[in-house]
Amino acid sequence: MTNWFSSPATDTQIVHGQRIWLYIIAVITMVLLVVPTLIVIPMSFSDSQYLEFPPETWSTRWYQNYFGSDEWMRATITSLKAALLTMLVATPVGVLAAYGLHASKIAFVRVAFVMLITPMMVPVVLVAIGAFYAYVQLQILYTLMGLVLAHTVLALPLVVIVTGAALKGYDMSQEQAARSLGAPRWKAFLTVTLPQIKFAVITSALLSFLTSFDEVVVAMFVSGGDNPTLTRNMFNALRDQIDPTIASISTIMVLVTTGMMVLAQLFGQKK
Amino acid sequence: MASTDIPSTDMNAAGLRSDERLERLKLFGLSSPALILVMIILVLPVGWLFYVSFIGADGNFSLENYERMVARKSYMRIFRTTFLVSIMTTGLCILIGYPLAYFLSQLPKKWANIALITVLLPFWTSLLVRTYAWLVLLQKKGLVNEWAMSLGLWDEPIKMVHNMTGNLIGMVHIMLPFLILPLYGAMTAINRDFMKAASNLGASPRRAFWTVFFPLTTPGLFAGALMVFILCLGFFVTPAVLGGGKVIMVSMKIVSNIELFVNWGAASALGVVLLVSTMVILWIASRFLNFDQMTGGGRH
Repeated sequence: MTNWFSSPATDTQIVHGQRIWLYIIAVITMVLLVVPTLIVIPMSFSDSQYLEFPPETWSTRWYQNYFGSDEWMRATITSLKAALLTMLVATPVGVLAAYGLHASKIAFVRVAFVMLITPMMVPVVLVAIGAFYAYVQLQILYTLMGLVLAHTVLALPLVVIVTGAALKGYDMSQEQAARSLGAPRWKAFLTVTLPQIKFAVITSALLSFLTSFDEVVVAMFVSGGDNPTLTRNMFNALRDQIDPTIASISTIMVLVTTGMMVLAQLFGQKK
Repeated sequence: MASTDIPSTDMNAAGLRSDERLERLKLFGLSSPALILVMIILVLPVGWLFYVSFIGADGNFSLENYERMVARKSYMRIFRTTFLVSIMTTGLCILIGYPLAYFLSQLPKKWANIALITVLLPFWTSLLVRTYAWLVLLQKKGLVNEWAMSLGLWDEPIKMVHNMTGNLIGMVHIMLPFLILPLYGAMTAINRDFMKAASNLGASPRRAFWTVFFPLTTPGLFAGALMVFILCLGFFVTPAVLGGGKVIMVSMKIVSNIELFVNWGAASALGVVLLVSTMVILWIASRFLNFDQMTGGGRH
């Protein structure tokens, strides 16, 4: 162990012992990053209103509360529907846009790219009240379609950026080869290009799903009536009081997220 | 173009050129569904908000929505709070995030990927869930108070939530990955031979770090800090929950103007100021920074 302390840590010959402080700070930071995300899991099984940790008596009453409530169940289904539809709309529309911008080299591309990533730069509150106003005019306020369209706009920048980056690393002459051998462009895209950027497309799809599923502010304004989203209901419950039912919902959401992350690691990244 | 003796080839070339233009326009057309969607859902409504912000209570053109902002102390306080919170969050993120990003960049690839999960897991987790976790942890009977009291750090439960402290803790936690990820990217892209060379030429580890390594990380640091700052300016959920009414940011005022007072003029004017400040900051930053770095496009 003493050997390790006096062994060089980097190319500059600083030894591990001299920067033990860095390791301590880094480990503390990592713990602080992860623990608040995960600690709701054991807490959600506490029997007490105050969610003590470690729980003195364990129970699943908060889960029963959640699964037994029509309101929470309806909201969960709305959120899942919206997330799934957002994924199904944003992914093809965004991939098409990224491909179009990449392949067409006209001067306007730069402007179009900036416009497609504005939803990421405009404060989300503005997107929310803007969409709220527009939906009143279009009479699609509180509809699933309206919610999906707004979430699609929020997800598009991610799809365009992730897919666009993958296209930059892809050699377009392969597609040209396919076309010079007689394949129409759409076929060349589907059979030659798409398989090679599929990891980026899968990542885009997962990101779109999560963008919609986790979104709060836009949902606060354009979802409501008979189908508010899960996050909208959670946010309202948080503002009033600390309802321990939220801990059980949070646990489920963390598990869903972790599942998505594992999926992304498995399918969304090149080895 | 210059030759007049072989007009047929010339015509052919012109034909090919126009074919190519058409082809490019068609390809560009593939992005039209996305562009139209952004136009209808985002650009036009925000444009309408601009317009509404200049309409007074009597329905005519007026600057009263903007005059109110300057005249009323409460509005100035909201702007001050927003900028203060954003600056403090960004600063804390840099202080906490830089050492971690540095640590991660020094790990062997295999270990770095595992350690990165600690940054990615919160990054992917719903911000509502993380805000809720802090609300539970920081409350009077919460874990932090109980542990600190049992360790003897303080005797009475400290109020750490529904105020600035809780808000900052939550915001820093949520923003950290946005700083660490681009910074980590910039750090791993640095050629390790530079540090070797500095050390060979006699620089102490400290000097090599500050004169060689740190300057090379500034683009990543700048990109991350900018991202954090911009996101903080428009942040709503965490301050609304953890700030408990004590910390009022611009976005919260916009929401309450609509939800409680149905005052579109006031809300729009605030929104316009928020948007313009964001855009001005991005524009200034873009003069110092290659935007491809921020969007991840520059790495190929």
